[in-house]
Amino acid sequence: MSIQSVVSSSQSREELRQRLLQPDVITGSEILLRTLLLEGVECVFGYPGGAVLYIYDAMHGNPDFKHLLTRHEQGAIHAADGYARSSGKVGVCIATSGPGATNLVTGIATAYMDSVPLVCITGNVATSLIGTDAFQEADIIGITMPITKHSYLVRDVKDLARIIREAFHIANTGRKGPVLIDIPKDVSNQKTTFIYPETIELPTYKPTVYPNKMQVDKLLAAIEEAERPVILAGGGIVYADASKELMEFVTKTRIPVTTTLLGLSGFPSAHELSMGMPGMHGTKTANYALQNADLLISIGARFDDRVTMKLDGFAPHAKIAHIDVDPAEIGKNVKTAIPVVGDVKEVLKLANLKARPAKSEAWIQRIAEMKAQYPLRYKDAEDQLKPQYVIEMISETTNGEAFITTDVGQHQMWVAQYYKFRNPRSLITSGGLGTMGFGFPSAIGVQMAHPDKLVISINGDGGMQMCSQELAICAINNIPVKIVVINNQVLGMVRQWQELIYDSRYSHIDLAGSPDFVKLAEAYGVKGLRATTKEEARAVWQEALNTPGPVLVEFVVPKFENVFPMVPQGNTLDEMIMGDSEP
Amino acid sequence: MRHVISILVNDQPGVLQRVAGLFGRRGFNIESITVGTSEEPGLSRMVIVTRGDEKTMEQIQKQLYKLIDVAKVVDLSQNPMVARELALIKVGAEPSERPEVFGIVETFRASVVDVAANTLIVQVVGDSDKIDAMVELLKPYGIKELTRTGVTAMTRGTLRK
Repeated sequence: MSIQSVVSSSQSREELRQRLLQPDVITGSEILLRTLLLEGVECVFGYPGGAVLYIYDAMHGNPDFKHLLTRHEQGAIHAADGYARSSGKVGVCIATSGPGATNLVTGIATAYMDSVPLVCITGNVATSLIGTDAFQEADIIGITMPITKHSYLVRDVKDLARIIREAFHIANTGRKGPVLIDIPKDVSNQKTTFIYPETIELPTYKPTVYPNKMQVDKLLAAIEEAERPVILAGGGIVYADASKELMEFVTKTRIPVTTTLLGLSGFPSAHELSMGMPGMHGTKTANYALQNADLLISIGARFDDRVTMKLDGFAPHAKIAHIDVDPAEIGKNVKTAIPVVGDVKEVLKLANLKARPAKSEAWIQRIAEMKAQYPLRYKDAEDQLKPQYVIEMISETTNGEAFITTDVGQHQMWVAQYYKFRNPRSLITSGGLGTMGFGFPSAIGVQMAHPDKLVISINGDGGMQMCSQELAICAINNIPVKIVVINNQVLGMVRQWQELIYDSRYSHIDLAGSPDFVKLAEAYGVKGLRATTKEEARAVWQEALNTPGPVLVEFVVPKFENVFPMVPQGNTLDEMIMGDSEP
Repeated sequence: MRHVISILVNDQPGVLQRVAGLFGRRGFNIESITVGTSEEPGLSRMVIVTRGDEKTMEQIQKQLYKLIDVAKVVDLSQNPMVARELALIKVGAEPSERPEVFGIVETFRASVVDVAANTLIVQVVGDSDKIDAMVELLKPYGIKELTRTGVTAMTRGTLRK
């Protein structure tokens, strides 16, 4: 399959649509494929097995349906996740019953924590066998109930088209999230007349989109009074495609912005009022601003513990305003004076009509001084290849415009600190669940959604080994992801905690015995490159960028580098260890 | 503080599991739970007795509303309400003791719904305190088996939210 052929022209799409809508008598499997195509799905990530054989049989010879065979169901769901996060469309993955379905669990939880719209399709044993401990039977609905936005067991083929349509609607509206559809094997082979429901009727599901005007007015009044206001912008900005509205809001109100990990790409890192990320590995400036603010406006963020650190003592002087599409987030962790429920794009649009500046010029001045005094920095050395240097180099050579996926750990924090993001949706990272093994397969999904864009997957040597099998699908489908492995030969973040908090008692963090990553790539038919010095790093990175097709680049870096600044757990945001970033 | 929450839900398989699971994983407590049909076709009503401060109750309501199958959540205990529970109590009662037990039953406006050689089944309806009191009084005769439905409730009058 050529990756370019995934996106068909709009004219052929309309023709396809008319063909698909025909009320033919077809099997559940054919209904599934037709409905997915009608929902605009361009590519599905999956892995076949016994309970989905009819579904895969229906794919056979179907020229309209694009399916990417991964090498593990976890790879499939992370790819679907990357596809969804980078495009705003629903990501779709398919797995068989039992172990196929349970292999999706980590990916479902990852998407749930970060509010990513996915539709996960699992086969199940035939209806007559459900509950009998049949071969490859697992109660995947029960298993995933706490980590899905909703789930369906399809008992009758007549419900299938409606259920799929509802699932897409639920996944990608309100606070987004994964929806699971479990299809017993017999249902996928039952026939019925295909009727694609025109409308979706979900009387018990009505997310609030448009905010209460009075609440927005209250917010605007508070802004005009505020002398030390701060905006905390989260993933909601990115997911609601509200970056433009945020920029207008910031420009009009003159409020400095700190962006959470998931919000990083939602506001340009280089902007005069950007303070970078707050929290455990945030900037001194962002944390200072939060601790000294008199008004804190959270927009599409959820006061995660990695952001607030010790809650008792978080933003002690601030009146809190909280804009969120999910009312349950408001008041969950911090007491909120001005709640605004609604889609953040709609809230900001409305606010922008009347937004006036805060009394913030002296505060902005103070923030600028802080930024100048405490920039993010590390101890660079000419004779060493520092991981932060690698990230800075990647940022500079791509002008902050590539799609970046990360895994979890030190490299993830260095990406958050040193990559200068410019475009919304350009950072794909597992924030809430912190899923190792996410970084590489998610990049495959990003590349499928953006065939012509530069996609770079940045991983540690630990996480790379959790899903490295997907190198096969990069090779065979010529998916041109640039795979970076920052290899420090240890589980770096765990090592850092053991050093700082457990008196350097290093317990099971040594990754000796890892493969030669260059050879590993080559074994799959992917080009592999390695750098151990700065000079080599610049050269091989340029070579990687100039190489069409997938490339894996290993940067061998020192073991004992730490992510600074750091707020140790149990401390408030102003109790930071500056470490190497000390001026 | 004790709260009685009424939840209107889609009559779908798995809804009880969704609601109970939500309470479990978010650390909300369930003192009792009852489920049955409601006045609206296709919707069931659950009544849950729980304990929590104002913040917890707010979270319970909001988290419940996030479940796709939940139509309406009302904290009945915010308003005057009628809350009732039914208990069946199997009491050891030799023929000689029966009059005493019947006396207690009458005082509580309960009823005896089964009489066997040396046991009686007493059915009592009322608020939870009344049932607790009745159980205490019947204990000396030997309670062989006890089953309670949990509280079901509704607000008084035509008060509508």
